[in-house]
Amino acid sequence: MIKVESIHKSFDGLEVLRGATLEVAKGEILALIGGSGYGKSVLLKLVAGLMRPDRGRVLIDGKAIGSLRGKELEQVRSRFGFVFQNGALFDSLTVFENVAFPLREKTKLSEQEIKSRVLSILDEVGLRATENKYPAQISGGMIRRTALARALVRSPEIMLFDEPTTGLDPIIGRTILNLIDSSHRRFGFTGIVVTHEIPKIFDIVQKVAMLHEGRILIVASPQGILSSSDPVVQQFISGSIEGPIQYH
Amino acid sequence: MLIRALGATSLSGLRGTGRMGVFLTKALVYALTPPFKFSRVLQQIHFIGFQSTLVIFLTGAFTGMVLSFQGFYSLTRFGSAALLGPLVALSLIRELGPVLSALMVTGRAGSAMTAEIGIMRITEQIDAIELMGLNPFRYLVVPKFLAAVLALPLLSAIFDVVGIFGGYLIGVKLLGIGVGTYFGEITAYVDMEDILGGIYKSLSFGALIAWVCCYKGYYTGFGAEGVSKATTQAVVLSSVLILVWDYFMTSLLF
Repeated sequence: MIKVESIHKSFDGLEVLRGATLEVAKGEILALIGGSGYGKSVLLKLVAGLMRPDRGRVLIDGKAIGSLRGKELEQVRSRFGFVFQNGALFDSLTVFENVAFPLREKTKLSEQEIKSRVLSILDEVGLRATENKYPAQISGGMIRRTALARALVRSPEIMLFDEPTTGLDPIIGRTILNLIDSSHRRFGFTGIVVTHEIPKIFDIVQKVAMLHEGRILIVASPQGILSSSDPVVQQFISGSIEGPIQYH
Repeated sequence: MLIRALGATSLSGLRGTGRMGVFLTKALVYALTPPFKFSRVLQQIHFIGFQSTLVIFLTGAFTGMVLSFQGFYSLTRFGSAALLGPLVALSLIRELGPVLSALMVTGRAGSAMTAEIGIMRITEQIDAIELMGLNPFRYLVVPKFLAAVLALPLLSAIFDVVGIFGGYLIGVKLLGIGVGTYFGEITAYVDMEDILGGIYKSLSFGALIAWVCCYKGYYTGFGAEGVSKATTQAVVLSSVLILVWDYFMTSLLF
C-alpha cells in the first residue's frame, strides 16, 4: 500500500535521506526507528506528501504522491491521519472543536451526527471530561490523545504517527501505544510509527525498519530486530554508547 | 567574492518576488472559485474591520482636527479661510483617509495576520490542515484577503467622515468659520471622482496588506524568532508598499 522507492532529500546541502526504500503492506503497522536527526520525521512527511523528494518517489496504492497536485493530492491526503509530535492542535479551538473540525470541513454529516461521533471517540481516548478545554489548558498526554482522536475520527486508511509518546511519562506513553493498538484492531488502518519506544513498540507492530545514515538498514519483524546480529542495530536497541553509531 | 554575494542576493530577491507573485495569484484564483468559506470571511471582517473602528475613529478625528488647524493657518494667509472645508475633505477623501486607515490596519490587524499564520506554520497546524485534505489557502489566506478588501474602503469612509467632523469642530466651533461655509464649500468642491479615487485606493491597499502579511506568515522562519521577524517585516514592507503604491495610484488618478 505504501512504497518508498529510493528517496533522497537534502536541506541546505545536507543530505538527510540517501536512497531510503521501504514498503508497508495494507493493514500492517511498521515502526520506524533510528537515531535522532537521521530523517525519520522527514521520511514520514514525504510519505504524507508534505514535502517533495529530491529524487525517488513515494507510492500510495501505486500513485506517486510527490507528483500529485490540487484536487488529486487533496483526495489522497483525505485517506491519511497524521499524529504530529506536538499534536498540532488548533489552539483557538476546544478539544471537541478540534476533533469535530475534519468532520465539519470534509463531510456533510449533521451537527447531531458529528457530536455523537466526536463524543464517542473522546470517550475511547478518555477525554470526555475535557471536551470544552483549549489545548493550552490540557497536559501533553491529553494533547496527544486529542490529536489521535482527531486523526481517527474520519476512520483513515493510513495512519502516520510522529513520535506519539515522546516526552510523556511511561504510563501515559503505554496508554497511547495501547490506543494505537486498539484503534488499529478496530479500524484496520495501515500505519507507520516513528518512535524511540524500544522495546514497547514491538508489542503493537508487525514490522520494524531502522533508518541509519539516510538509508533503511534493516526491515524485519520485532523478533528479527531483537535477534539481529548487525552491530548498528544491536547498539541502537541496547542503547549502548560503545559501537559503530557515533554522535558528534 | 563580492560578485558571488551580489548574485546570490539578487537570485534570492528574485526568488522571493516570484514566490510572492505566485502567492498572490493563488489567493486571487481561490478567492474567485468555489467552495467559498463565507463564515470565515465574516469572522475576518469582524476582526479586521469592526475591531479596527475605534483606532480609525480616533486617528480620523485627530487627523481632521490637525488638518483644520494647519489649513486655517495657511488659508488665512491667502485670505481663503472659507475654503477650509474643501481642504480638509479633499485631503482626507483623496489621500489621508485611505493611506492612514491602511497604515492603522497594517499595525493592528496585519501584524496579527502574520503572527497567527506564522504560529500555525511553526506548530505544524498548517500541515495538519493539509493532511485533512483541506486547502490552507482557502481556509486561512482567502478569508483574510477578501475581508481586508471589503473592510478597508468602509474603514476609510469612517475615517473620512470622522475626520471631516473633527475639522468642523476646530474650524467652526473653535476658529469661527460659519457652519454653512464649511459644509457648503465641501459639497461644491468634492465630486464623485474624488470619492471613487479614495475607494479604489482603499480596495488596493486592502489587497496589499492581506497579500504581504499572509505571505510573510505563511513562509515564516523557524521558531518564535522567525515569527517575530516575519511580523516586523510584514508591517514594514506593507507600510512602505502602501506609500509607494499610493504614489502610483495618485499619478494614475490625478
